[in-house]
Amino acid sequence: MTEITAARPGLLTLGLRQGRSELTRFLRSREAVVFTMLFPVLMIVIFGSIFTWEIYPGVQFSQYFVVGMIGAGLMATGFQNLAIQIPSERDRGELKRLRGTPMPPAVYFIGKVLMVLAVAAAETVLLLVFAVAFYGVTLPTEVTKWLTFAWVSLLGVASCTLCGVAFSSVARTARSAPAVATPIALVLQFISGVFIKFTQLPDWMQQIAALFPLKWICQGLRSVFLPAGMAAEEPAGSWELDRVAMVLVAWCLLGLVLCLTTFRWTTKRDG
Amino acid sequence: MPAILSAGFDIVDPMSSEAAIEVVGLRKAYGDHQAVAGVDLRVDKGEVFALLGPNGAGKTTTVEILEGYRRRDAGEVSVLGVDPAKADAAWRARIGIVLQSTNQFDNLRVGEVVRLFAGYYPDAEDPAVVVERVGLTAKAGAAVHTLSGGQRRRLDVALGIIGRPELLFLDEPTTGFDPQARREFWGLVRNLAAAGTTILLTTHYLDEAEELADRVGVITAGQVVEVATPAELGGRSQAAATVSWVEPDGPRSAQTDTPTAFVRQLVSRFGGAEIPGLSVTRPTLEEIYLKMIGEER
Repeated sequence: MTEITAARPGLLTLGLRQGRSELTRFLRSREAVVFTMLFPVLMIVIFGSIFTWEIYPGVQFSQYFVVGMIGAGLMATGFQNLAIQIPSERDRGELKRLRGTPMPPAVYFIGKVLMVLAVAAAETVLLLVFAVAFYGVTLPTEVTKWLTFAWVSLLGVASCTLCGVAFSSVARTARSAPAVATPIALVLQFISGVFIKFTQLPDWMQQIAALFPLKWICQGLRSVFLPAGMAAEEPAGSWELDRVAMVLVAWCLLGLVLCLTTFRWTTKRDG
Repeated sequence: MPAILSAGFDIVDPMSSEAAIEVVGLRKAYGDHQAVAGVDLRVDKGEVFALLGPNGAGKTTTVEILEGYRRRDAGEVSVLGVDPAKADAAWRARIGIVLQSTNQFDNLRVGEVVRLFAGYYPDAEDPAVVVERVGLTAKAGAAVHTLSGGQRRRLDVALGIIGRPELLFLDEPTTGFDPQARREFWGLVRNLAAAGTTILLTTHYLDEAEELADRVGVITAGQVVEVATPAELGGRSQAAATVSWVEPDGPRSAQTDTPTAFVRQLVSRFGGAEIPGLSVTRPTLEEIYLKMIGEER
């Protein structure tokens, strides 16, 4: 059977094609573009104009919030997007049809990952432009901070994507998917230091939030975009970048294991 | 035959090397419900085989086990010489599956979907040729969600045949078609069959089975109750014929096992003149089929 696999384009080529097709579908789907890309912008415009009090000498809460929204945006493109999109594809039999072809399963996932990466990158740039132009966020000048930004974003997107794929098996039908995924994302945003300054939350709430990726993504991003002195305002009195990395890697691994063990190509009634 | 020549071949059944599908004693239960209760089935290579049966008879379960989608509880299954429960990419490249579709691949265009699927197969047909063959060339640039039901079905078929399958599964392919679209679709299936593709078709339309199938199998209550050519199913070829004609005082009809002799008598009675309203009919496949599944119920 070697000659058969040899005649087909390689995994990478197929994955790239799949990614292009996924991205095309995303961009042509107006609701998805609006919900995923413009909703965070809208939130920034609304809350950024309300959260104007100072939380640190020279730093308004809007700056803290805008950085948190970048993190929430990463979660939206990875987690909500896939946790809603995949059950819909499963319900409509698209996954079943793909399963009936010789497509290697990895191609499907590579396609999703590339789509999420492209959308997340575009969204992050969009939010950063807004944050810098209107909400007093300054871009860092040190290379190390940009590197931190890169790995926090990548690990953040990776963990959310894997969790989104894994979570897609929870929803029984496409219709119930948004109802299952959206509240989780919303609750995490409230308890992870997006809408409310993390250290103002009750201790038990901080403990719960610390179990999930979003808190750590936001914390990592704050280390890039907020003054170094604000590290003292964090729960541990520092940015804890080593712990950010550890938790996000752990969630990547957990998400990967869940994906591999629970992913379903067919609905329950399909057997 | 020298022993060396038969090495590696199954010599128990001399025909078995020509089977595309071979099923013996297939069983599958969902909880207490025995959906498939001992199905035996054999489809030869190059054959068009229609599986008929009422909803809930075990048709879909059987086919989906053959397609590798479902696990079986018991029985032997061989599809193109492979157990579908151990299906790998190489096996999937040799089969084509036309599933029922609803609203799939929205936001992609016809040509884009066909090209995407072509990439999955080691020896795919030219996407433009396949789109042409299913009659969608004019719609190649159209978004999938703008297609009519019949056009969408053609796209399903295009995706099913893009990999040049040796064996094609067609699940109720013309449901929702208008008569014209059905006839065109039948032409497409005949072309595939003529090119040597083995086809397993499930359908609710008896005329479709009669038009397309070399043999039909009737499945009810999880078992295959008969396999025959459409002309012979349920003893159809030997069934009494109905001769109808019109006498001056009104229409008449008679059941007879010897319609030729009966008509000859009529001819002499009418003095060789044209017999008004003469027709000789056998029971339709549909009548035979309804009788068969009625008996099983």
